[in-house]
Amino acid sequence: MISLAGRDILHSWGKFVLTGIGLGLLIGVTLTMAGVYRGMVDDARALLNNSGADLWVVQQDTQGPYAESSSLRDDAVRSVLGIAGVERAANVTYLTMQVRRTNVAGPTSAGGSDEDVRAMVVGFEPGQPGEPGYLVAGRHITRSHYEAVADVRTGFALGDRIRIRRHDYTVVGLTRRMVSSGGDPMVFIPLKDAQEAQFLKDNDAIVNERARTAANPSLNRPGVPGLLEAIQASQANNRNVNAILVQVQPGIDAERVAEPVRRWKHLEAYTRNQMEEILVAKLIATSAKQIGMFLVILAIVSAAIVAFIIYTMTLGKIREIAVLKLIGTRNRTIAGMILQQALGLGLIGFIVGKVAATFWAPIFPKYVLLESGDAVRGLVAVVVICALASTLAIRVALKVDPAAAIGG
Amino acid sequence: MKLSSIGMRRLVLGLLGLGLIAAMVFVVMRSGPLAPTRVTVVQAAEGRLTPALFGIGTVEARRSYLIGPTVAGRVRTVAVDVGDRVKAGQLLAEMDPVDLDERMAALDASVTRAGSAIAAADAQRRDALARKELAAVNARRYVELGAQNFISAGAVEARLQEQSSADAVVSAADANLAAARQDQQRLAAERAGLRQQRANVRLLAPADGVVTSRDSEPGSTVVAGQAVVRVIDPASLWVKVRLDQGRSAGLAASLPAQVVLRSNPGQSIAGKVARVEAVSDSVTEERVAQVSLDQPPPGLSVGELAEVTLTLPPTTLAVLLPNAAIKRVQAQTGVWTIDNGSLRFAPVRQGQASLDGQVQILEGVKVGTTVVVHSEKDLAAKTRITVVDSLAGRQP
Repeated sequence: MISLAGRDILHSWGKFVLTGIGLGLLIGVTLTMAGVYRGMVDDARALLNNSGADLWVVQQDTQGPYAESSSLRDDAVRSVLGIAGVERAANVTYLTMQVRRTNVAGPTSAGGSDEDVRAMVVGFEPGQPGEPGYLVAGRHITRSHYEAVADVRTGFALGDRIRIRRHDYTVVGLTRRMVSSGGDPMVFIPLKDAQEAQFLKDNDAIVNERARTAANPSLNRPGVPGLLEAIQASQANNRNVNAILVQVQPGIDAERVAEPVRRWKHLEAYTRNQMEEILVAKLIATSAKQIGMFLVILAIVSAAIVAFIIYTMTLGKIREIAVLKLIGTRNRTIAGMILQQALGLGLIGFIVGKVAATFWAPIFPKYVLLESGDAVRGLVAVVVICALASTLAIRVALKVDPAAAIGG
Repeated sequence: MKLSSIGMRRLVLGLLGLGLIAAMVFVVMRSGPLAPTRVTVVQAAEGRLTPALFGIGTVEARRSYLIGPTVAGRVRTVAVDVGDRVKAGQLLAEMDPVDLDERMAALDASVTRAGSAIAAADAQRRDALARKELAAVNARRYVELGAQNFISAGAVEARLQEQSSADAVVSAADANLAAARQDQQRLAAERAGLRQQRANVRLLAPADGVVTSRDSEPGSTVVAGQAVVRVIDPASLWVKVRLDQGRSAGLAASLPAQVVLRSNPGQSIAGKVARVEAVSDSVTEERVAQVSLDQPPPGLSVGELAEVTLTLPPTTLAVLLPNAAIKRVQAQTGVWTIDNGSLRFAPVRQGQASLDGQVQILEGVKVGTTVVVHSEKDLAAKTRITVVDSLAGRQP
């Protein structure tokens, strides 16, 4: 028995292929939109994974360091290290800012162009939690100052000089998928430099502040030499960090460590699950819902368009179906032909869409995560929609009057 | 003709389908859970590394002098300005002596007057001596006359009493003279003290050096100990370098150092560790050492930031690995090795590290083992991998 569907496709293959590709691109867009949504959530999770922490210790009554600003003294880590069950703990600072690439040869050379990249500058202690877990190029930081490891998304290359506040840093390593919850790539620098970058004012502000202090008669007392200098020195340094990343000993519940921190250290502590809740349910909730809403509408629209395409394709073949009926083809065969064509179209569309989405996903500025589960769900949805749409078309086809083949 | 046309169409459609399937297979293999993780590897090799310590410091003067008065007062003149080179003993500034000169004149007059008092006392003494001699002669004569009973015993006793009085007057005159001399000595000493005070308001350079700041201007009042000018010895400039405690193993005096000044980042200056301070900063968790420069460049400014690299002696022969290979899995530090194409986590014990990212492996990895350096994502024992030359970025 010859395949009616195959024959029909062969007959108008150009139209079929083009329709398939068009359908595919539409499905591709839907899959990409799902990928954008998944990417947002994954960015938030990547932030948590990369920190390598089981517990985040932050300022009391804040939901820092990602969702709110948090600030605590950098010696608090010592008392956290003393709590039973703590394996490692380290200070960390986060600061989202523009990082400028400076030309190695100096600004006077012809090729020198300053460009800045929005990045999250992470101050970490080498060898401690918060360090990037893996590199794709270069090495980890070995000097305690003025070296940086950057995410490849920043566009920096090994050996580049980048400027953060007043110091130049050399990029010695590159890493991947190290992003903030907003999707900004991370730049890792030593903690002491990061503290300075975060809390140090610009030179003009420092000079103005000195003048302001010197103008205050109660701080600049003529009979007390050295008082002004002491006050100004104490104004210039800041020993705060944003959070303490804690790794608990294997087999110990993080909550058991968090409880004494909250109770006795007067700091807030979040476990991994709580932090994920803060990030996913609070920080990116609105934008994720926005994308999710768009995804739902796009999926509905796509389903409608797929259904209409198959329906109109069948309507275009009304005359041929009437001829088939005239020569006594059974209804089952005709219905089978339409269903096979619809499913074939759906399959082609899905494959084209999946391939297209995979190829254009890396071009997106933010991370697009194409999950296999989403692809499978998409495939099922496409097949179901095609099957449903074909029933609509089959109904029309079966109601065709065979006389239509001869008459008008 | 029609058959071949249908055949052509079948062929084209088949090719299209094949292409689509091939693209799908490619996509599935390239991304998603089936895709292998790309890694770069290195063969563990033996070698020596030259560990180095890195720290930042500021240029400071080993000898700096704050020159100010020892008592509160008003500045009268400041003779030098910032940047002036001064010699030891040179006048830098002078405080207002207020009434010291007048008090000196008064004391001078007092001393002169004391001299006059000495002269008067001396004259009185001579007068007393003359009276004493006369009284002695008279007494002797009366005693002789009294012995021959020419005069009454009462007259003799009166003369003897006169002689005793004259002796006493001489003693008093002697004491007066001594007192006048002591008075003069006291006044002279007071005058010398006042002269010292007068000299003390002149602020002199204690050593050869350069004036770094002029803190008070003529007319301003300063308290005791407050600086009027500051002088440093430019030959004594060194770099006070701070090194992370966690990376300061091996820090010792006389280690060779390379100093890069912020003002001239392209040039490194040789030096060596002059002193390692016994007390390290417990707040910043840094150790402090002083690095002296072999040849301080001209125009070196105090307070300038410098990057200092200290070179330690080379280590013994050991397996070396890049520090990017060191991973931490389940509270264990180790590396991922490739054994017959499958990953295995080998815990290692690390030794020293060099600044270019090489780490000494004391235990855990043998020479010739293939070790994963870079990877696209965190690895696990069951991760499928493909080995590539480089993952991203140009190699340095």
